[in-house]
Amino acid sequence: MDSSEKGSLAQVKHVVLVLSGKGGVGKSTITTELALALVHAGKKVGILDVDLCGPSIPRMLSVGKPEVHQCDAGWVPVYADPQQKLAIMSIGFLLEDSDEAVIWRGPKKTALIGQFVSDVAWGELDILLVDTPPGTSDEHLAVLENLRKHRVDGAVLVTTPQAVSTGDVRREITFCKKTAVKILGIVENMSGFVCPHCSECSNVFSKGGGEELAKLTGSVFLGSVPLDPLLTATLEEGRDFLQAFPESSTYTAISQIVNTVLSSLDA
Amino acid sequence: MADVPNDAPEHCPGTSSDQAGKSSACQGCPNQNICASGAAKAPDPAIEEIRQKLTSVKHKILVLSGKGGVGKSTFSAHLSHALASDDSKEIALLDVDICGPSIPKIMGLEGEQVHQSGSGWSPVYVEDNLAVMSIGFLLSSPDDAVIWRGPKKNGMIKQFLRDVDWGEVDYLIVDTPPGTSDEHLSIVQYLSGAGIDGAVIITTPQEVSLQDVRKEIRFCKKVKIPVIGVIENMSGFVCPKCKNTSQIFPPTTGGAQRMCEELNLPLLGRVPLDPRIGRSCDEGRSFLTEVPDSPAAVAYQNIVQKIRDYSSSHSTPDDPC
Repeated sequence: MDSSEKGSLAQVKHVVLVLSGKGGVGKSTITTELALALVHAGKKVGILDVDLCGPSIPRMLSVGKPEVHQCDAGWVPVYADPQQKLAIMSIGFLLEDSDEAVIWRGPKKTALIGQFVSDVAWGELDILLVDTPPGTSDEHLAVLENLRKHRVDGAVLVTTPQAVSTGDVRREITFCKKTAVKILGIVENMSGFVCPHCSECSNVFSKGGGEELAKLTGSVFLGSVPLDPLLTATLEEGRDFLQAFPESSTYTAISQIVNTVLSSLDA
Repeated sequence: MADVPNDAPEHCPGTSSDQAGKSSACQGCPNQNICASGAAKAPDPAIEEIRQKLTSVKHKILVLSGKGGVGKSTFSAHLSHALASDDSKEIALLDVDICGPSIPKIMGLEGEQVHQSGSGWSPVYVEDNLAVMSIGFLLSSPDDAVIWRGPKKNGMIKQFLRDVDWGEVDYLIVDTPPGTSDEHLSIVQYLSGAGIDGAVIITTPQEVSLQDVRKEIRFCKKVKIPVIGVIENMSGFVCPKCKNTSQIFPPTTGGAQRMCEELNLPLLGRVPLDPRIGRSCDEGRSFLTEVPDSPAAVAYQNIVQKIRDYSSSHSTPDDPC
């Protein structure tokens, strides 16, 4: 396949989708933390945010409301850092009013996602992470159809421990199987809360469901990330959690997940 | 005709748009002449069929958020349970989350199937006076994925409203997926004849949630759905051991309270994080009956009462009472 066929993704080495079936499990959080960890590991990373109705990535990376410019090669992504190690594209950058609702039916969403994949000048990237909305619908099909010319290395699936979540993620696993997307592994997020006052661990959203789901479906279990108010707070402020709290068990958990994902990409 | 027919070109403006049949994208579309003549803009006959079907439904309430995972299905299920605790009321719960239908599990109805009769599809009854419909009941396996684009999801929602034999119902609660897309537009469109009493908006305290919820509120304004109020879910966690409160999802921008003040909307209540809620949902039981004295259950009951009060003091255009 020559680079002109691959278009704007010609110099992107790996593409990883971050999926769930379930909303609110931490897809954008995990995407952000994976991206930051990869940047700290010396990689050039891109994030494509295809959640058109609820784009969370811009705020999590504190990129504000920059203008998106065009160049000869297409739209220029927004860089989260002056060294341009982390490139982002999100509909969040295209909305004048951040409270404006994107009330689009499927075909219009499909069309914009097509442009995000094909017309953004990503340049040279080690990894492009694709943050998705919950479900198995237009956005997911649009991403895969437009990435058909480029290899998709696989998907990281995010769940919380409880059955109501894993129930939806099972369906997402079926989606991956039907669309021939390799499952790189399952992350169990919000996995227990350690009280900062007395260190008692509470299983706020139950326990163990992610690991059970991995066993049930023959998938790799990438690891558990605890419920950590420090993580939530830094994301609210758009700060880099990994730089701020490198001693935390959350940092360790995320690092292990990143290392496992990287090894499966290099394999 | 569907808003964007299956054979429409990529940038179809929509059959009900002013540009239908006339825009440059319409060139070559097999429906171009129909659209240009204005015939496609005729209202979907299903809207009138649904209006007639739902004359036996007194109150219709949507449960919305912009954000996923904030507790819409949890709230919809427990609102239904609470309303159904009055034996004299008939309650219906409709789950229009086509890709991620959580209601069957939360209501303890996994594995149930839907039956068809002369008068339409029969919903599944969890109590004598509490009926439920979800695509979950049409799937044969918990691994089945519903990989449908917008138009097919819209068709399913139309069937749920038109073809389910709900009977005489006091409250129809509609649980929705996150976002402002096909499912939301379809529910509003198909209920435009029958009328919607209002929407309950669910959020969690943090800005990542509120920023999506503000969009949902804008959506409600645009499509003229009254907002009954906002519920702040997962609002603090009390450690069962030391009883200290932690803000796991911190209200860094003032939480739902400030948002409601800014947007002049009622804050219906705050519900704390309680691990027993998640457990009850996983086990398909109502935590209102499992732990009725818990702060979360008390908060829920107060919110439900406000919704009852709202419903009895408001009526939809076709509501005779």
